[in-house]
Amino acid sequence: MGHKENAKTKAHGANGSAATPTTNEADPNAHLTTPTRLTGSEILWATLVGEGVDTVFGYPGGAILPAYDALRKFPIRHVLVRHEQGAAHMADGYARASGKVGVAIATSGPGATNLVTGIATAMLDSIPIVCITGNVSSKVLGTDAFQEVDITGITLPVTKHNFLVNKADDLAHALRQAFQIARSGRPGPVLVDITKDAQQATAEFDFEAAKPRTYRPHPMLHVDDSGLEQAAELIRNSKRPVILAGHGVMESRAMEQVRTLAERAEIPVGLTLLGLGGFPASHPLSLGMMGMHGEAWVNHAIQEADLLIACGMRFDDRVTGTLSTYATKAKKIHIEVDPAEINKNVKVDVALVGDLREVLEQLLPRISGRDGSAWLKTIEASKGAVAVRDINNLPDSGHLYAAHVMHDLWRITGGDAVIVTDVGQHQMWEAQYFHHDEPRTLITSGGLGTMGFALPAAIGAKFACPEKEVWVVAGDGGFQMTAAELATIVQEKIKINIAIINNGYLGMVRQWQEFFYERNYESTPLVSPDFVKLADAHGIPGRAVRKRSELEAAVKAARSAPGAYLLNFMVEKEDSVYPMIPAGSALHEMIRRPENDPLEEKAEDK
Amino acid sequence: MLHTFVAYVEDRPGVLTRVASLFRRLNININSLTVGRSERPGLSRLTLVCEASSEAGDRIRASLFKLENVVDVDDIAQAPSVTRELALIKVSATPRNRAQIFDLAEVFRARIVDLTSESLMIEMTGVESKIEGLIEVLREDDGRILEICRSGKMTMRRGHHVSSVVKAMGVVEGESAETEEEQVDEAAADEAV
Ligand SMILES: Cc1ncc(C[n+]2csc(CCOP(=O)(O)OP(=O)(O)O)c2C)c(N)n1
Ligand SMILES: [Mg+2]
Repeated sequence: MGHKENAKTKAHGANGSAATPTTNEADPNAHLTTPTRLTGSEILWATLVGEGVDTVFGYPGGAILPAYDALRKFPIRHVLVRHEQGAAHMADGYARASGKVGVAIATSGPGATNLVTGIATAMLDSIPIVCITGNVSSKVLGTDAFQEVDITGITLPVTKHNFLVNKADDLAHALRQAFQIARSGRPGPVLVDITKDAQQATAEFDFEAAKPRTYRPHPMLHVDDSGLEQAAELIRNSKRPVILAGHGVMESRAMEQVRTLAERAEIPVGLTLLGLGGFPASHPLSLGMMGMHGEAWVNHAIQEADLLIACGMRFDDRVTGTLSTYATKAKKIHIEVDPAEINKNVKVDVALVGDLREVLEQLLPRISGRDGSAWLKTIEASKGAVAVRDINNLPDSGHLYAAHVMHDLWRITGGDAVIVTDVGQHQMWEAQYFHHDEPRTLITSGGLGTMGFALPAAIGAKFACPEKEVWVVAGDGGFQMTAAELATIVQEKIKINIAIINNGYLGMVRQWQEFFYERNYESTPLVSPDFVKLADAHGIPGRAVRKRSELEAAVKAARSAPGAYLLNFMVEKEDSVYPMIPAGSALHEMIRRPENDPLEEKAEDK
Repeated sequence: MLHTFVAYVEDRPGVLTRVASLFRRLNININSLTVGRSERPGLSRLTLVCEASSEAGDRIRASLFKLENVVDVDDIAQAPSVTRELALIKVSATPRNRAQIFDLAEVFRARIVDLTSESLMIEMTGVESKIEGLIEVLREDDGRILEICRSGKMTMRRGHHVSSVVKAMGVVEGESAETEEEQVDEAAADEAV
């Protein structure tokens, strides 16, 4: 895969001039332990190295040029993107795949504003990234100088925090604080805007001294004995409990603890979209995804439950449906790291506000074995008719459905791949038909629902996990939003498999038009380039798949190709994602897949 | 209901924007906001009054705490506290009718802080209702009030330092301020205005 090689190979300490921080041949990182006088640009990279960064995603320009000029002296691989939105998504994908902080870098003005969608995407899904932007010199800040934009102002509501640094002396501290903020508590994106003069000036660099104050947890975190006892009591006495597992399970690395709770007390587990992988799909207690496109039995179980144990999830409107009718029979326990999420959408009976893993560690000793079989049987029985999941055995009618693609991808890869989806119908089909057993194997934009996310995020994920098989699963619409990053794949020589679920529509919007706008398909039919030719123009091989019978061989060809490979799946055009809870409806009021041979409906049948 | 938050925030550029932006996002109107130096170097203290549902208090406080530059937040709610506002009121007054305004000021325990042949300036501190009372009386005479400048409310809990203050000084970590008992000097609680 050639992950670590670069067109212009970087040797540590290759530049022997006295000004460079890597002159000490014996210890290229000497500047991290010995205070040294460096330029702001050098401080930037040196601090990143100190924070453990080895890859950044970015795009140069005037206001960040001093920093780019200094890059060659440091053991950091820079991935040149084709659009700064891609840089932010790559940093995001890198963070989601690895659990580490991802870093994006851009110039001032348009470079900085191009990052915004990516930053907001990370914000809504609580992903730790640090974005670095250059800005005009501090003397002209606020004067509408060339390519000046108030990026700290613009990103204020979509960052966890941001910094404007206009002195080289402040840089190391701001950066180190940025990393701390990004990864602590409820993670999120942090932006550091550095003026050009701050990059050019010199300052004493002392990595140790720039260390931020010990992290202060949110003062309203609150877990006490009485809360824990109440929670344990509710669990002991419940007849129909459901665990709701969210993204927090992964963020706090509480997979084991959630599993122990579920197994010990025989409680079924429903997952949010971002929670998929946090509890093994193959586990007998796993119910699958809840919410708008969740399985009928999960949503029914939630509506019938007498206790919900929400673990690291935030009762988003996509999982609750109408709040007034949501799980009205259930008591609720909310275990959550962000106090601002407590009682925000759903009023809870017991709030345990703290790190999920720590809270569960305290709770588990109070939970003893419990017989949950009656409730589990009820749920199992409710699956009956709706468990139309055996696509594999359906006769091949010649049609290709997206569900086939997802299911077969799962089967062929053995589930052992990182899937990075875009946003739309294919995203939901992926969530329904690709069964994730491991955390961080599904990377998807849940909160912001950002089309164009998949390709760049997958590139980031590949850099985070070069040894893993990475698949892009994107719609024909979303893929075109960031398709320029195909060139990045080629330039960086990375191996990524791309599956385009090509239905000729902005499918999810078309589905809404079908259900709620009298099939007025306004502006949703979509003309696309021949994606295989597009790939070919980049030197990336690929092929189109029109029948299910061609699917397996195509996937195998992609997997065995030495480099990137693109598959253009020409799927059924007017297929819809079922079940679906229309916005504004209760969780159990879902639209079901039409009865007659649900996977074989065609546009003509409707 | 009316919420009063007292917060210690870092005294540096942009901090007020972050605080204000939070309320903007929640679509909550800020009724009044006062900011000034505090007893702690490098930290400003602000009093923010806003109208929001009674359940919103905890969430607003939690969200304020999430701002990196906010060091401490106290939701005064119904706790015994002293609230004051400062008003400067310029009224038109000639040597002939000055005396009447002097009397008024006397009644309201306000002070005259500037005087010219056409106008005078009244300075008054007190609770909101008292300031409003004075303004109302002054308004009885059309055209008399030339300018009003009001500071907005400043609020301080009564009694000893509560945990929030101690904690804000960074002594304790990770402990909820809400759980601590506040010691209120009930006897002093009534003597206001
Ligand atoms: C940047 C952006 N613009 C618009 C939308 C609204 N939107 C949600 S899904 C969707 C259709 C996606 O179409 P496609 O990428 O072809 O995927 P499909 O639903 O067909 O699988 C649109 C337009 C969005 N989520 N993101
Ligand atoms: Mg499509």
